[in-house]
Amino acid sequence: MIPKGSYIVTFRKKPVQHRAHHHHARTLAELPTGQRCILDHLDLPEPIARRLMELGFVPGTEVVPGKRAPGGGPRVFRVDGSEVALRHETAAKLFIRRHPESDLVVLS
Amino acid sequence: MSDCHGGTPRAGLLPNPSIRPPSAPHDRPIIVAIVGPPNSGKSTLFNRLTGLRQKVANFPGVTVEHRMGKAKLKDNHEVFLVDLPGVYSLHPRAEDEQVTHDVLKGLRPDFPKPDAVVLILDSTNLGRHLVLAAPILDLGLPTLVLLNMADDLAARGGKVDITALQDELNCNVALISAAKGTGIDRIQQFLIGTAVRLNSPPPRIELPVLHDVPKCRQWAATLGKRASYRAPAPPLWTRRLDSVFLHPVAGPLIFLAVVMAVFQSIFSWAKPVMDGLQDAVASSGVWFTHVLPDSPWRSLLVDGVWKGVGSVVVFLPQILLLFLFIGILEDSGYLARAALIADRTMAKFGLQGKSFIPLLSAYACAVPAVMATRVIENKRDRLATIMIAPLMTCSARLPVYTLLIAAFIPNRKLLGDFLSLPAAIMLGLYILGFLTAVVIARVLKSSILKSRDTNFILEMPPYRWPTVRSLSLRLVDRAKVFLHRAGTVILLVAICIWVLAHLPLHNGHAPDLEHSLAGSIGKTIEPAIKPLGFNWKIGIGLITSLAAREVIVGTLGTIYGVEIDEPAVSSAAKTQAIGEPSHGLEAAIHQDLSTAGAIALLVFFAYALQCFSTLAVVKRETGGWRWPLFQFSYMLALAYSGSWLAFHIASYFLH
Repeated sequence: MIPKGSYIVTFRKKPVQHRAHHHHARTLAELPTGQRCILDHLDLPEPIARRLMELGFVPGTEVVPGKRAPGGGPRVFRVDGSEVALRHETAAKLFIRRHPESDLVVLS
Repeated sequence: MSDCHGGTPRAGLLPNPSIRPPSAPHDRPIIVAIVGPPNSGKSTLFNRLTGLRQKVANFPGVTVEHRMGKAKLKDNHEVFLVDLPGVYSLHPRAEDEQVTHDVLKGLRPDFPKPDAVVLILDSTNLGRHLVLAAPILDLGLPTLVLLNMADDLAARGGKVDITALQDELNCNVALISAAKGTGIDRIQQFLIGTAVRLNSPPPRIELPVLHDVPKCRQWAATLGKRASYRAPAPPLWTRRLDSVFLHPVAGPLIFLAVVMAVFQSIFSWAKPVMDGLQDAVASSGVWFTHVLPDSPWRSLLVDGVWKGVGSVVVFLPQILLLFLFIGILEDSGYLARAALIADRTMAKFGLQGKSFIPLLSAYACAVPAVMATRVIENKRDRLATIMIAPLMTCSARLPVYTLLIAAFIPNRKLLGDFLSLPAAIMLGLYILGFLTAVVIARVLKSSILKSRDTNFILEMPPYRWPTVRSLSLRLVDRAKVFLHRAGTVILLVAICIWVLAHLPLHNGHAPDLEHSLAGSIGKTIEPAIKPLGFNWKIGIGLITSLAAREVIVGTLGTIYGVEIDEPAVSSAAKTQAIGEPSHGLEAAIHQDLSTAGAIALLVFFAYALQCFSTLAVVKRETGGWRWPLFQFSYMLALAYSGSWLAFHIASYFLH
């Protein structure tokens, strides 16, 4: 869905720590920036879940966490060609499963 | 707003029930609905097709706005275009989705069912946007599907096979760029053909179950595959800019710099133009006095109408400049980033990042701000934002602030060339409004508007260059609204004040202001406002400014135009001494108000909700008088106690 050629595949400065982090990551909120994942399910009330699905957060879709607003504000997620910002508490309700071909992918 | 441009009769622009076109398709004008998700370029296309031949209107009973316009076709026919609210689906959940749904299904008794639909989608984001095609095609209306931003798609290496998509969807598909104007011919062709197509509904195609979002997306994905859609590479520039604008250190600094630059430029850039206009109004007033024969009519025309309206029109450049900046921020995509940066801070006051957008617009005018709160899905957050929006220093306060500050605050330097005392006071009033708003929001959100839903969802549009075309359309629109107000409400108040100030007649002559009707009204309320340091003349101004804040400037212009001989203290007699007022009205008001009283008056205007338009729009948006009345009362209480405090503190320090 997302052309791979446009990303630089690289390890971060502390790859071990990130991997350990990823191992336990269960929701979008816990993922490090650039870590691709597959959305598994949304644990949110219907209207909000529906809005999120309309914006691209459909189970089975690839999601990539991007920039976080300064000072721990909402975070931008790349999903299905667009970017959507969510607060930490919303992202923590979006459960993920491991990306089949994922290693650390850091986006330019 | 009345007619956008003279000449043609405009009665048919809005198909309201009374002038509803007859149902025979050949007799009535053809109505085409423009539908699309938010950020798909719907409004840009609408503007391109209609130019200035458009009107903003509300559907009766609901708060949702739509725009109607006429597009002139190449075969000299005209079609009506209606720009419906942006939606992701036709699942009627939010009010604007309900309206789009009802209009398209012909369920609104006050609005005829459209004859055709133009569906506009973002071609760079087709995977997601194509989903909307399912419910639209399900309507069975002749449909044109536009894939917008073709230039962007090509530039970023994406592609789509239009012919294949056309076959799959069984309707017309065109690749366009609404911003650049490419592919507009295809729309013309479609619109010209609408009348012919009316009798032959398009063949049905197989559609997914509409309320099942995952199924619909699957359908869209399959469609995209069959049309060999290749999504474009991610917008590199957006990424790069985001890494600057959302940088942990640079981001907030740029945010502050942008906000400060906006305010700085409104005051420094607009000043010369405003001074020029002010002098023009004053000297043309003198010229009128010389040219016209001496009569009560000359006085009404010069002192009542010309000075009353002129003193308000002077502020047009400043207001337009503010709207220009907000327009640039919004169209470029920065405003969404600003909302993101502001979110954490706003959350501390119980609000959210999305409140930032309406609150920033409230610096221009509370009316569009209250309407802009619709981006906030959470009802309680939205109400809280509406309640505090009028505390932001709107442009209508500027005339009042500028007049009082110029008249009373000496032009002393505080921080070298960087900040002068008048500028500091002005800034202080902005900060006062903002801080008070923050406190009120906190109080409301922890009492009557407490909510548990803390979700925040905001789509980040890619950065784009704002186009001159859309910016100028915005400005023309704002200028029309402002001048219309000056030409109606303010003109009317100016005439009323002049009449009240000239009656009852004494031996065929106008009475002193003190013994006129206006004077006795002012004197009646004087006891109530005396503790704030205001006399009866200011009282007249306060009463008239209940309609709109800036009216007080016109009123005082009329009152003092009556009382003093304007040319004697006109701008020709500018004095150079520090703190000495340079214009007639400033000099005149100086005789009637102490500096402490002026400061109290500034605080009063910072807090009081003297604006019918705001009350009306809040009533409409909240669906009743409860909230606007609450808002008016709490703000009046703030204004009264605030200015009482300010008067006493200022009196203590100034003596």
